[in-house]
Amino acid sequence: MNLRALIETRLLPAILVAAIVIILPMFFPSGYYYRIGALVFIFALAVVGLNLLMGFAGQVSLGHAGFLGIGAYSVAIGPTHFGAPSWLCLFAGAILSGAVAFAVGRPILKLKGHYLAIATLGFGLLIAIVLNNEAAWTGGPDGMNVPALTLFGWRVHGSDAWYWIAGATFVGGFLLALNLMESPTGRALQAIHDSEIAARVLGIDVARKKLTVFIISAMYASVAGSFLALFNGLVTPDVAGFLGSIELVAMVVLGGMGSIFGSLVGAAVLVVLPQVLTIFQEYEQALLGLIVMIFMIFLRQGIVPSVTAALAGWRKC
Amino acid sequence: MLILEADRLSITFGGVRAIDGVSISIASGQVFSIIGPNGSGKTTLLNLISGIYTPQDGSIRLAGETVTGFAPDQLARRGLSRTFQNLQIFSRMTVLENVMVGRHRHERTGILADMLHWPSVARQNEATRQAAGVALARVGLADAAERPAGSLDYGALKRLEIARALASEPKVLLLDEPAAGCNPVETQEIDRVIRSIVKQGITVVLVEHDMRLVMNISDRVHVLARGKTLAEGTPQQVRSNVEVIEAYLGVHGSQEAAHALD
Repeated sequence: MNLRALIETRLLPAILVAAIVIILPMFFPSGYYYRIGALVFIFALAVVGLNLLMGFAGQVSLGHAGFLGIGAYSVAIGPTHFGAPSWLCLFAGAILSGAVAFAVGRPILKLKGHYLAIATLGFGLLIAIVLNNEAAWTGGPDGMNVPALTLFGWRVHGSDAWYWIAGATFVGGFLLALNLMESPTGRALQAIHDSEIAARVLGIDVARKKLTVFIISAMYASVAGSFLALFNGLVTPDVAGFLGSIELVAMVVLGGMGSIFGSLVGAAVLVVLPQVLTIFQEYEQALLGLIVMIFMIFLRQGIVPSVTAALAGWRKC
Repeated sequence: MLILEADRLSITFGGVRAIDGVSISIASGQVFSIIGPNGSGKTTLLNLISGIYTPQDGSIRLAGETVTGFAPDQLARRGLSRTFQNLQIFSRMTVLENVMVGRHRHERTGILADMLHWPSVARQNEATRQAAGVALARVGLADAAERPAGSLDYGALKRLEIARALASEPKVLLLDEPAAGCNPVETQEIDRVIRSIVKQGITVVLVEHDMRLVMNISDRVHVLARGKTLAEGTPQQVRSNVEVIEAYLGVHGSQEAAHALD
């Protein structure tokens, strides 16, 4: 393994992303931008996980906000009802999400295509219903307050603090995902995407690999959900709702299926764009839909893969 | 030594007995060809042997171990790999990465080590890359290593599938019509590749329509017709078997052929 290959394949994109996280605040005109930045990195973390499942292994999930919900309510319920420290609840939530993904994934990952989509959709709805109905624990549709995160005696509050925490965690999650793709497991997942039968005759335990990546993607979503709840100081069942799941899928597809860097771009576009479009007031939603459609028509592989392909073609000319 | 034995295999699809009591036994290091007219059940038999279908009747033994009903990945880990008639390429990956997937059963994987990219993972990646490169060179595709697999032409994809299967270091390699759709030059290349595989001690089970290739390269030929065994023997024996000629050409055609020979 020479140094050049190492830099080319994994470290360079990670350093690039870290640089983005560090440099971006220099251009922030106000504290409000830290808030948007933090949200972008939080969603991007969940999108990286979903991209591993959808973009690389080729398995769709329309219920991923369910794991966002598990993570979010872990840091709400744990400290409120049990007095447990928030950071511990964040880890517990991730483990719980992984366990739920294991239990749910074993039966439903046998399904393919549209059938898998509907099964995961059902799972997401189920989580949202539980969060709505178990009012004694979750506060019902009104949601509940989330106590602030305390790390080593430091009470984390303010958008800028969350910007740095979310940014650093995203860079870590980004690097872990890149590493995974450069490993036997990552190659097996990409193989499954293109031909399950060929993967099987080469000795890959397809069911197990799918389950593994489903669990990993659930844990990414869970950590993002915990961050979201801690950052907002408040959580409602909407976090686990169907629209949330669709938004995550849209971020994956818009940024580029199978492009880890695309996850950041997809999340950034769909977090920032609605903020920008508020100046159009009642036309905001319509314009958002229109812009996403235009993106998909002209960059149908997703933003990052389409742009890189265009650049590569342009360089050859 | 018998490396692969199938005993009275049967499978039915919608009332049709696609394979009906077929037994084969293959000695280690042989080229064993399965031929027959279209629809005679050749690919079905291959699917049974490689675990893609589970036989309703009969048993399969691989290197002495009973493996009836085993999944394809379990068989692969025991040294049985195959290629496909309708190509099953990982088209999003590069040519080299396709073959690297073939090394999967020899790689140690741990999800934590993989995500943290421990030095052992990096070392193993390098070993895998080199072994894959060797397998590619054997089928004459070393130059195409970094190209996207989807960009190769048909004949090259056929050889890529063979390289990928070879990378898994199988004891038995099933080739499903490796020369189908290939031009004479590409068929020559396949012939060369198969001979080099056999030289390495790998048993080859070949399903093929190209009779010149089959007769040239096979040690034993097994003839299927309508899901049943019609004949088995050396290429010489099969070629002169009246029933085989009739199965291929029909009774009338075989008489014509006999006249033509006179």
